Amino acid sequence: MGSKAVLQVTNVLKTFGGLKALNNLNLTIEEGTVHAIIGPNGAGKSTLLNVCIGQLTPDTGSVEFDGKNITGLEPHEISQRGISRVFQTPQIFEELDILQNVMIPALAHLDGQFTFNAVKDLRHRDDVKRAAMEIIEQMNLADQLHDRAGAMSRGNKRRLELAMCLVQKPKLLLLDEPTAGMARADTNQTIEILKKIKATGMTKVIIEHDMNVVFSLADRVSVLAQGTIIAEGTPAEIRESEIVKEAYLGGAKI
Amino acid sequence: MAIFSVVVLTMPLWMQPFGAAYPDILQKFVIFGVFAIGYNILFGLTGYLSFGHAAFLGVGSYTAVWSFKLLTMNIVPAIILSVVMSGIFAVAMGYVALRRSGIYFSILTLAFAQMCYNLAYSVLTPITNGETGLQLAKSDPRIIDRLFSEAGEGLPSTTLFGIETSGYSGFYISAVIMIIVFYISLKIFNSSFGLKLKAIKANQNRMRYLGFNTKPYLLSAFVISGMYAGLAGGLLAATDPLAGAERMQWTASGEVILMTILGGVGTLFGPLLGVIIIKYFENIFSAVNQLDLHSLYAIFPAWLENSLVAISSLFVGEGWHMTLGLLFMFVVAFLPGGVLEGLQLIYKKIKTRLIKNNKSTGTDTDTKQETGANHGE
Ligand SMILES: Nc1ncnc2c1ncn2[C@@H]1O[C@H](COP(=O)(O)OP(=O)(O)OP(=O)(O)O)[C@@H](O)[C@H]1O
Ligand SMILES: [Mg+2]
Repeated sequence: MGSKAVLQVTNVLKTFGGLKALNNLNLTIEEGTVHAIIGPNGAGKSTLLNVCIGQLTPDTGSVEFDGKNITGLEPHEISQRGISRVFQTPQIFEELDILQNVMIPALAHLDGQFTFNAVKDLRHRDDVKRAAMEIIEQMNLADQLHDRAGAMSRGNKRRLELAMCLVQKPKLLLLDEPTAGMARADTNQTIEILKKIKATGMTKVIIEHDMNVVFSLADRVSVLAQGTIIAEGTPAEIRESEIVKEAYLGGAKI
Repeated sequence: MAIFSVVVLTMPLWMQPFGAAYPDILQKFVIFGVFAIGYNILFGLTGYLSFGHAAFLGVGSYTAVWSFKLLTMNIVPAIILSVVMSGIFAVAMGYVALRRSGIYFSILTLAFAQMCYNLAYSVLTPITNGETGLQLAKSDPRIIDRLFSEAGEGLPSTTLFGIETSGYSGFYISAVIMIIVFYISLKIFNSSFGLKLKAIKANQNRMRYLGFNTKPYLLSAFVISGMYAGLAGGLLAATDPLAGAERMQWTASGEVILMTILGGVGTLFGPLLGVIIIKYFENIFSAVNQLDLHSLYAIFPAWLENSLVAISSLFVGEGWHMTLGLLFMFVVAFLPGGVLEGLQLIYKKIKTRLIKNNKSTGTDTDTKQETGANHGE
């Protein structure tokens, strides 16, 4: 297991009105690990990811990525440095087809945040198409290449969004409940895919309610409740921990 | 592309049965075609609805007329300068307006255009000649022309290296330019830039989180479409060297929005179709007067004739905008994809019907084919 910190969240406070969604939160994600974050609804899990990708700026505290402070950077700058995110509700280009949906992030990866090329026909960009097709095949979406993304099932939309993130070859992949709303078979397929990516050594943060997913994938688990990390350890340790049972697992099983 | 060029260049022929084969209206078709093609690059691809494009049309026209006055009657410098000038204006307007999106963007562009319009009538009258409009005069310097020849008798006319730019030759010059800029827009639609613009329209936030700086993309699209509008303005002045501020009024922006939506926003041909429909019907309906109506309804008894005339006259002449409004409402309500979508639907229906008929009997296919051909127009 790597010992270098890829992501370092230090004393982050984020309030909405009087509500402390993140309350002086500290978190370290080590290189090459799959780090699960669990916690009850409204604990602040999505807010934490929002802060990491620049969608929100923390009131106080800092976020460091790869040893550099990224607090307050624009979302596109953070993305270009190598953080990709799968959202809790799929964020895809509903009006475009599947191939286009994956080619766009491939363009971001290959051409950077702004390149003006209004002349070259995209059909001649073999590099873009190859990168996109490789991932699309991995995700078993190749048979729907020219279907409108908005017409897909929720589970397929999630898989498409995962493909969009993977084609960018990010250093850090943030997954916000990647299996929520999926049928059992789809969930298993997604776990298989995530295991395969795990083998490539890509660092991942995964928010998940499904304990099967957590325990079959994660190297480390942090428990988030009311805006702070209340426990952290290996999956086995967390399963045994009393505070966790009290704060979360007990409640979730109802 | 080749077919498209042929269709455009043979317009004087196939427009004949429609009674629209004279240069004035043909020029309007292609010049407003340029305007709409450019507008579609912004609105169709990015979804940003600008109410300010009339300003670029106006800037283009004024620039072209000044080029005729100061430099030469040749339209080449005039057109290049109008594109450059409107591009500069578009950078300024886009830079400010693109700080917002949605309705606020539209309002900012509207405000900017109205500001230009009012300035043209007030402070800037030395440049725009206010209400009279900017016209050519015998005393204009025309520096470049003077190098080659003495000032002749009377007002010179605009030329393209000696070719007259009014009448049919004016149409052909404008048509060739329109074909070129259509080809450019085709390139943009198929490029990575075009795809990114479509993606911005679909989900701009996603674009940011994927690592794209969306501002420069939007600004590029805005400036390109502004330059198209400037080119259209320059061409208007090149075929009729006169520029007035009314070209900058917001209604002119409204018109290009109507054309784009009516024809089919975001499609390549839709905006052109919209231009032809609007300009053609404007020409017909606004020319009809009470007398025409009376003769049209002459076969009815007098009381019916009079009431029919009274009702119809609401929709023709000055009231033509009422017809346009109704047509527009119909299209938006029932064919959100515009007339182009409607034509495609009809085409598909006829095709499936034809196939069915071919299978059962071969008898009435001939008549069906005929209706098919008519709809295809
Ligand atoms: N943009 C916002 N404005 C106001 N309140 C917000 C905003 N985003 C989140 N909150 C609040 O902050 C708290 C934490 O929300 P968050 O979405 O991070 O929870 P979560 O842990 O992801 O929950 P879930 O498991 O339901 O996804 C909630 O009480 C939520 O209502
Ligand atoms: Mg959440």
